[in-house]
Amino acid sequence: MAANTHTLDLPAVGRPGAIGMPTHHKLIFLGFLALALVAPYVLYPVFLMKVLCFALFACAFNLLLGFGGLLSFGHAAYFGSASYVSAHAAKVWGLTPELSILTGTLAAAVLGLAIGSLAIRRQGIYFAMVTLAFAQMVFFFSVQAPFTGGEDGIQSVPRGHLFGLISMAPDRNLYFFVLAVVFAGLLIIYRIIHSPFGQVLKAIRDNEPRSVSLGYRVDRYKLAVFVLSAALAGLAGATKAIVFQLASLTDVYWTMSGEVVLMTLLGGMGTVFGPIVGAAIIVAMQNYLATFGAWVTVIQGVIFVISVLLFREGIIGVLSKWLKKPL
Amino acid sequence: MFDLLGIPPQALFGQLLLGLINGSFYAMLSLGLAIIFGLLNIINFTHGAQYMMGAFVAWMLLNYLGIPYWGALILVPVIVGATGVVIERLLISRLYHLDHLYGLLLTFGLALIITGLFRNQYGISGLPYGMPSQLAGGQNLGFMFLPNYRGWVVLVSLVVCLGTWFVIEKTRLGAYLRAATENPTMVGAFGINVPRLITLTYGFGVALAAFAGVLAAPIYAVNPNMGADLIIVVFAVVVIGGMGSILGSIVTGFGLGLIEGLTRVFYPEGSAVVIFVIMAIVLLVKPAGLFGRAA
Amino acid sequence: MRKTGFILASLAGLLMAGAAYAQTAIKIGVLNDRSGIYADISGEGSVVAAQMAADDFGKDKGIAVEIVSADHQNKPDVGSNIARQWYDTEGVDVIADVPTSSVALAVNDITKEKNKIFLVSGAASSDLTGKACSPNTVHWTYDTWALANGTGSAMVAAGGDTWFFLTADYAFGHALERDTAAVVEAAGGKVLDTVRHPFPGQDFSSFLLQAQGSGAKVIGLANAGGDTINAIKQASEFGITQGGQSLAGLLMFVNDVHALGLDVAQGLVLTESFYWDLNDQTRAWSAKFEDKTGKKPSMIQAGVYAAVLHYLKAVEAAGGKDPAAVMAKMKEMPTDDPLFGKGVVRADGRKVHEMYLFRVKKPDQSKGEWDLYETVATIPADKAFRPLTDGGCPLVK
Repeated sequence: MAANTHTLDLPAVGRPGAIGMPTHHKLIFLGFLALALVAPYVLYPVFLMKVLCFALFACAFNLLLGFGGLLSFGHAAYFGSASYVSAHAAKVWGLTPELSILTGTLAAAVLGLAIGSLAIRRQGIYFAMVTLAFAQMVFFFSVQAPFTGGEDGIQSVPRGHLFGLISMAPDRNLYFFVLAVVFAGLLIIYRIIHSPFGQVLKAIRDNEPRSVSLGYRVDRYKLAVFVLSAALAGLAGATKAIVFQLASLTDVYWTMSGEVVLMTLLGGMGTVFGPIVGAAIIVAMQNYLATFGAWVTVIQGVIFVISVLLFREGIIGVLSKWLKKPL
Repeated sequence: MFDLLGIPPQALFGQLLLGLINGSFYAMLSLGLAIIFGLLNIINFTHGAQYMMGAFVAWMLLNYLGIPYWGALILVPVIVGATGVVIERLLISRLYHLDHLYGLLLTFGLALIITGLFRNQYGISGLPYGMPSQLAGGQNLGFMFLPNYRGWVVLVSLVVCLGTWFVIEKTRLGAYLRAATENPTMVGAFGINVPRLITLTYGFGVALAAFAGVLAAPIYAVNPNMGADLIIVVFAVVVIGGMGSILGSIVTGFGLGLIEGLTRVFYPEGSAVVIFVIMAIVLLVKPAGLFGRAA
Repeated sequence: MRKTGFILASLAGLLMAGAAYAQTAIKIGVLNDRSGIYADISGEGSVVAAQMAADDFGKDKGIAVEIVSADHQNKPDVGSNIARQWYDTEGVDVIADVPTSSVALAVNDITKEKNKIFLVSGAASSDLTGKACSPNTVHWTYDTWALANGTGSAMVAAGGDTWFFLTADYAFGHALERDTAAVVEAAGGKVLDTVRHPFPGQDFSSFLLQAQGSGAKVIGLANAGGDTINAIKQASEFGITQGGQSLAGLLMFVNDVHALGLDVAQGLVLTESFYWDLNDQTRAWSAKFEDKTGKKPSMIQAGVYAAVLHYLKAVEAAGGKDPAAVMAKMKEMPTDDPLFGKGVVRADGRKVHEMYLFRVKKPDQSKGEWDLYETVATIPADKAFRPLTDGGCPLVK
């Protein structure tokens, strides 16, 4: 049973101890930024903000799965609870958007610390099940707790004024703020992956007993990456609540946890840019295929099956193999 | 008459009986999952969808071919089990050399596809499936009114669960199965067709789910989502019982039904989550589950 | 007073219609559940109803109507996303229907923010014309207060003075229970106990057993859709109604009864604002509707028809689609349509009309597939809805 726990198809990423960013990564980041700056003049900004939030969510999830080797089946808990806290902070406490988002992110980090410190004691499928169980409890709490508004969610959350100055009501103003937040989040993830900390993580992922024998406190590293991943997922959820002016049960339901797995798998787990691509494709699909009703579920299922059977590296993983460069 | 925590004992007894009935469904479903996990090392996320298919195929047999409940009880597990065999041969068998997680993801995708297809075809409001006339009505047990059908469900599921346990633990076929779980290469060397054994095991696990689906059809609404929420609970049951432990899944299935029944009396709002609380506690205290072997 | 207003309004309408000969293009978005539990009572049927309203209004009045539709999956985030996109990028002027209160409340906010018009038919929450009321919203068909009032007071009057609530444990279920309990207690009845079941629920037997043990005369089902259907099915299995207790569905529709069948549903008491078999006009319209959809209309679909028709009349009267002017006309002009008869739209956006208390027929009383209800009582318009001043709507001065 334990024999095949280390056969996830994950690419080796980055040179060990690499400092600074390889040129092609710089180019991709710049290209992404350029595209993102032009996009709101071509496409509907609210849709783009949704893509951005989910891109960050998927990258945060990928930090845990692709680089920590831990499949969480309950990441909706952090995404959703942060969106509740951020919505509550903006609406009831009247905080400015950046402070609301920060509060939400902190809440997700604390939740991640609590759940993570218990969950990391298990591995593989057991880890996935424990995270799922805790996520169900968070869902239950969200249905019950008075401040979440049950199935109504927290509605008409004010977008407010950035730093109390700039109105976030116009979609484009908000878009550039969200872009800044998400881009910062992506850079943080990139830094984590390529830091010495990230290298140790990969070592643990690839061979835990060896890392233990090398003297690393494996549990601490796992907990740290779990909390970071939860906090960044929270950052995405908190931002989404401000964008849509709504925090709802959808964000904490287990299908949301499934969706983020799908995005990461499709884009390429363990790649830096894969989850962004995966998130963009899935969100676009949900948006433009919405008229097909339940067929969207079928298509998502088919993508899942194809990805697992033929395409385990994901789109970016395949591209990266083809270019012979880690992406 | 004394009260127990404010609940009259008769009412409590009635609730326990109902818990046992729900537990029968948990037991049958988790048994199938446990068998599949034990031999294939696959977490079969499609199990809920296959349970739903069981109910739907029963409905189709009745409405398109006029085959009543009793026929469905035999035919449906065969039909749905056969689809399981096809799924195992075509898809799942390609994943055995990979991490368990891929099996989980693949079957999750399959569950989405099956549920989506049924939703497109039959909508979501649910289809009516009548109670077989032989089992209509009920018995007044003094402390509660027990519908005959619910009694039948407990009886049948006990027979099926214990029968399965007997076959696996006490017969030659079961011995092969258990041996193949431990060491497939060795069993293969003895001239046993291990891949076929695996395929049939998956088919049997699926058939159990479909059987539970037929049993559920007359009392729960037959709709495409009937398995989706149940499957998460059943996962929890399997994990609590210990992955792959046959007896563990049966005992835990009935036991958790009872606990859930009690929660419905004392804290109804919490009845949806109590199983997950127990699962988290069990995993932290006894990682391999109550009946599982330590990894 | 009201009459003069009407005459003045019609005159003004005629004058303005004459002035604005240029074609006014109206885009109506029917946003509802097209795949979930409310798909039968709203769904495509509501789109058909909206189209029938546009056709019946006539194409010769200089108003071109286009109807679009989408599925909100009963999720507030999906619904608000679609509403936003419709208003921002697709030039939708009016959103109609929107079952599921949580989604309707979200659309209500967005409509106010974007200054468009929202014609609610599917949603039940009385907050839409209470503390969440909006100058841009008209709530047409029914609401939780009207349902609670109709069923609650009638049951108590008929001797059902002790209640047990089986409540879906979510905000909407709580609201339904709260409103009904208030009505029951005001009428001299007593609530013995309440049990909250997880939402959505599958097995209600345990809760029904508790209800049975309570000895209450009425079991109020403060839930909706599949939960209500499952609860009623299992109640019949456990012989609840044979034991002398009555079931009261607090949010049920004709399609639910149709799906359950009379065997299981007989004797159930419920409140609705429309039934196809009320009078000649409803029968004629429902026959047309059935030709197009194969089903009799629900009150929600009827409400979409009537609301869209009234809206188009108001656009004609206002001589354009400016939301403030149209809303003023909608509230000023009395409503008149074949389905709900004459009525008014109040300052808080509440449309008032008669409500009806129905009892589900026994199988041997029914003469056809859709012959399901007998009328027990008619609740006059001035008693059917929450008094204007009690809702806490800031628009009411």
